[in-house]
Amino acid sequence: MLITQLKDREIIESLICGKAFVINCHGCKEVFFDEKGANELQKELMEAGKLTGILTTDYICNPENMKLRLERYAKQIEEADTVLVFSCGVGVQTVSEYLADKRVCAACDTFALPGYQGVTPLEYDCDQCGECYLNLTGGICPITACSKSLVNGQCGGAKDGKCEVNHDMECGWERIQRRLAQVGRLDVLKKCPVQVRNYATYKDINKE
Amino acid sequence: MRISELFERGEFVITAEVGPPKGTNIDKVIEEAKEYLSGIHAVNVTDNQSSVMRMSSLPVCIALKQAGLNPILQMTCRDRNRMAIEGDLLGAACFGIDNVLALTGDHPTLGDHPTAKPVFDLDSVSLLHCMCQLESGKDLGGNDLVGDFPKFAKGAVVSPCSDSVDAQLAKMERKIMAGCEFFQTQAVYDTDKFLSFMEKAKQFGKPIQLGIVIPKNAGMCRYMNKNVAGISIPDSIIDELAADKEKAKSGETGVAIAARIIRECKDAVQGLHIMAMGWESKVPGLLEQAGLK
Repeated sequence: MLITQLKDREIIESLICGKAFVINCHGCKEVFFDEKGANELQKELMEAGKLTGILTTDYICNPENMKLRLERYAKQIEEADTVLVFSCGVGVQTVSEYLADKRVCAACDTFALPGYQGVTPLEYDCDQCGECYLNLTGGICPITACSKSLVNGQCGGAKDGKCEVNHDMECGWERIQRRLAQVGRLDVLKKCPVQVRNYATYKDINKE
Repeated sequence: MRISELFERGEFVITAEVGPPKGTNIDKVIEEAKEYLSGIHAVNVTDNQSSVMRMSSLPVCIALKQAGLNPILQMTCRDRNRMAIEGDLLGAACFGIDNVLALTGDHPTLGDHPTAKPVFDLDSVSLLHCMCQLESGKDLGGNDLVGDFPKFAKGAVVSPCSDSVDAQLAKMERKIMAGCEFFQTQAVYDTDKFLSFMEKAKQFGKPIQLGIVIPKNAGMCRYMNKNVAGISIPDSIIDELAADKEKAKSGETGVAIAARIIRECKDAVQGLHIMAMGWESKVPGLLEQAGLK
């Protein structure tokens, strides 16, 4: 089971650069998602003229399925400067890979809960860390794509672009660097404050 | 003494490093440091270098300090979480250890405890940030420190001959943003590559120490080329070492090569960092040949 919790409203609004296209994933039944909260927010954003369209679908983590769904919205996506994805981290990564030259942002943080984890393909991984970094890293997860889960940039261990731990694995931070350059967002890394991870769980955060 | 003050005075800062023993006797490392490294500005003490377990850096730093040398505490994020790191930093400050080199650290799978838990709660950038926090009287939990606050010369490393130089420069910028005051580089052999890196890095305005590992023989160079990140040793250097095995073994060739690299690069940098790797006794001769003594 997992929880995709909406990021704070101010954060979501700050993610929208120009106009945004929204993708909601209502795929796995194992995911707890605040549909009501998301709908209200999106309605307001739409009324304020900040959105080019909204697609609510399922299993965007399946690349083939996602492509078919997105193709029908090509025009609205093209009109948008930002694609805002309301899903778990896997969904966001699948969309960022497909729309690699677009600014794709995560509107949710994904927390783990015990139990069945839903149906997700293996090439994109979400650690359900509860503090989604995908907005700082061009939609490539530094927690799962970096052997040390580093959140402030590349270590000195990459050789020929490969990770020091696994020579068959591309250095996650090289991929991030390339992706950010591709979408013209290298300044994100320069501007974002020093990241110190928060290891508190959903339970820790929500105990009152 | 904080080496950041030496850089501020415009001194060409020379440091070298020693490795703690895999055991409880530190006489040898302290004696060697006293004999060969007392003429330089400071001595780094490595922290489970290459993920090989040894005595901690901090006690060796304290012993060096007591022996009249100026230690630089190397601190990696591989083995301790933020609380242990903060505790060690306060302990270091308490004993007058005020130079710290912040490193992320190699992954445990590379060393002699491959089944150990990799910590990486912090990384080099957040460790630098952590030191700034402590200097301002707060810990990373946001709690107040009691009594005097520490003050460190905060350093970090950069890999100038890395094949991902853009990612390295980006990380360097983040380190500076987090409070880094000086840099030591990974070993340099390819001076053209290094000097073109320095052209890009000088915009940051932070002192950079040229990293030198004295090449011991052709086999070591080939091994490093194949296995060590950020190292590219040109064939000409390998051929030079292979040409006369006796001269390589005695260190004559390696010291001559290292001295040449230093002479070619010293005008572009603000200091020198020598990783002697057991050849500490060759440091004074190297400095002489490089025209730094």
